[in-house]
Amino acid sequence: MNAPLLAIEDLHVHFNTYAGTVRAVNGVSFEIRSGEMFGLVGESGCGKTVTGLAIMRAIPSPGRIMKGRIFFQGEDLITKSESEMRDIRGGRIAMIFQDPTASLNPVFTAGYQISLQITQHRHVSKKEAKQLAFDMFSEVGLPHAKSIYNTYPHELSGGMQQRVMIAMALASGAELLIADEPTTALDVTIQAQILALLSQLRESEGLTILLITHDLGVVAETCDRVAVTYDGHIVESGTVDDVLYQTKHPYTQGLLAALPDTVRHKQSLEVIKGSVPDGLHSVSGCSFHPRCPKVMDICLDQPPSLIIVGEKEHSASCYLYMEETA
Amino acid sequence: MFASSAGMLNRHQKQVHALDGIDLDIYEQETLGIVGESGCGKTTLGRTIIGLIAPTSGQILFDGQDLVNASKDAKKSFNREIQMVFQNPYTSFDPRFTIIKCVSEPLKIHTNLRGAALTKRARELLEQVGMPGEILHRYAHEFSGGQLQRIAIARALALNPKIIVLDEPTSALDVSVQAQIINLLQDLQRQFKLTYLFISHDLSVVQHISNRVTVMYLGKIVEQNTSEAIFEGQAHHPYTQALLSAMPSVVKELRRKQIILEGSVPDAANPPKGCNFHPRCPVAMPICSIAEPVLDNSGAGHPVACFVVNPIEKSTDEMIQ
Ligand SMILES: Nc1ncnc2c1ncn2[C@@H]1O[C@H](COP(=O)(O)OP(=O)(O)OP(=O)(O)O)[C@@H](O)[C@H]1O
Ligand SMILES: Nc1ncnc2c1ncn2[C@@H]1O[C@H](COP(=O)(O)OP(=O)(O)OP(=O)(O)O)[C@@H](O)[C@H]1O
Ligand SMILES: [Mg+2]
Ligand SMILES: [Mg+2]
Repeated sequence: MNAPLLAIEDLHVHFNTYAGTVRAVNGVSFEIRSGEMFGLVGESGCGKTVTGLAIMRAIPSPGRIMKGRIFFQGEDLITKSESEMRDIRGGRIAMIFQDPTASLNPVFTAGYQISLQITQHRHVSKKEAKQLAFDMFSEVGLPHAKSIYNTYPHELSGGMQQRVMIAMALASGAELLIADEPTTALDVTIQAQILALLSQLRESEGLTILLITHDLGVVAETCDRVAVTYDGHIVESGTVDDVLYQTKHPYTQGLLAALPDTVRHKQSLEVIKGSVPDGLHSVSGCSFHPRCPKVMDICLDQPPSLIIVGEKEHSASCYLYMEETA
Repeated sequence: MFASSAGMLNRHQKQVHALDGIDLDIYEQETLGIVGESGCGKTTLGRTIIGLIAPTSGQILFDGQDLVNASKDAKKSFNREIQMVFQNPYTSFDPRFTIIKCVSEPLKIHTNLRGAALTKRARELLEQVGMPGEILHRYAHEFSGGQLQRIAIARALALNPKIIVLDEPTSALDVSVQAQIINLLQDLQRQFKLTYLFISHDLSVVQHISNRVTVMYLGKIVEQNTSEAIFEGQAHHPYTQALLSAMPSVVKELRRKQIILEGSVPDAANPPKGCNFHPRCPVAMPICSIAEPVLDNSGAGHPVACFVVNPIEKSTDEMIQ
């Protein structure tokens, strides 16, 4: 088994807002092994993006990492200085987002931006950087690399902009790519292209990918392992086969049952009553308990911890499985 | 459909054929799903049907009467019969309005209900969509996306319409909330005998809710069939097949061999010659870049616009025209 490339231990990130403290990430732990595609899945507001930003040490103010460790290749990123982080960010670890236009500067050509990225992170001449940029553009399937080099971001479609972002990540030598909803804004056929590209890069370049998504179908089709987030923490994690097909946590079960493709035509869908907590008002005990169909008395007291519930480190944080092990 | 100026320096206005020769029937109490990629004209179709956009040419018949060329009074009564719910619940309402103001707006325009009777009707509408009537005096900004979408549905129901155009009504919502809204829509359809035009890019949602499905590509219908047939092996158009194969699913049996299409959707302002899909089509033939295929039942037994499905001999007549 591969050694973990990234290990997050008990991460807490808070935002101090006028309305109060938002506990965006509330004790997240997971490991990503070298060369795997790891899915981080959950509904809106569950802390997926903030977790990704925490790895980059790029939490916007008024957010702060309150607690936790983030080991990347054995080194704790939390203890790194800002200048050390500048090398790692966009170098060994890169992040791409749902809206590539937000990351690309509209006034510079795609080529200028990728070359800048390369020269900042690699010791190469301008000429070599340009050649590398061409190589990366073709690697990510952008046709006519030379003409793409001279185009401005707005002249490219959403799918092509996302390819440029991926090329930039590769060009600076990223080992870990954090892809935050990279296909959510794209059409299904373009989504399929980008997901196929990510899988291919994983094979050919040995790229490790943290895929953040709300789409369990995407996880099922592309990831090796997955962690399900709810209200800022992990409720279930393990291999995709275990989490999606030997599901343990009632929240994961609810999410799967709510998908229209799991029910026969015209029958009514299973719903999870209520809605996701807002991170501002903390819920006592297990934060899923107000919505849980299997809630027990014990669930109202203490938050459950993530425990092993099956093979291959299949874990869940739920009292249903604690009695069995106790 | 739209006149758009192509670039600041270009003096000539260019026509964007957002919809091009759409021929569509919707039957009473059915749900017709419309799928297709971004920019293919789904929203434009919805807005044209409810009368927000006037088509450049063509007619829309409702119970046999022409909506496009109707008199002002007739149009007003059509407006009551056909309502629309939009994708983004946050922009559907002014956040500073009270819920009663949001819901009762169409009642004030189209009916004589006022005062207590109006409040009573608004309360009743909210209860029909599973919201407590007490929220009438709260403000729109206090509600979540899913709650606002329920309120938008309540507003659409206010005038007892026959048809509701639902434009991506769940795209902005979380899966668990999406399921609540889909169930609500199905209950309301049964209760009020509603007809839905359901626009979505999410094929699994369309499969679940629709009786029939229309697949669009760049302003045109490329295939139309019952939902069962399209999703269970009877998709004939190469675009429909690619779309289905790209649909990610947790259900292992639903996973199809992926057909990865090259390139992206062309710009509606510069459609390709011949079949709109030919530059991306994995089975394109020479004819496809010259002639435009029309919807034809001959090859598959249901309407498909494709020369591969409907071999040339059969379509020659239409082509020559
Ligand atoms: N700058 C900020 N100030 C205050 N709160 C914030 C800020 N950024 C994020 N949060 C809060 O942190 C929580 C987690 O947000 P995050 O963006 O990580 O969610 P997410 O899981 O990525 O959701 P989505 O699927 O919608 O992208 C949310 O409750 C959000 O409101
Ligand atoms: N007001 C307008 N002026 C000019 N062109 C327009 C206008 N509205 C829409 N279009 C064009 O018409 C075409 C169809 O747009 P439409 O919004 O109907 O697509 P859609 O299928 O609803 O896409 P999406 O899935 O992104 O919502 C697009 O090419 C669009 O650019
Ligand atoms: Mg996010
Ligand atoms: Mg639209």
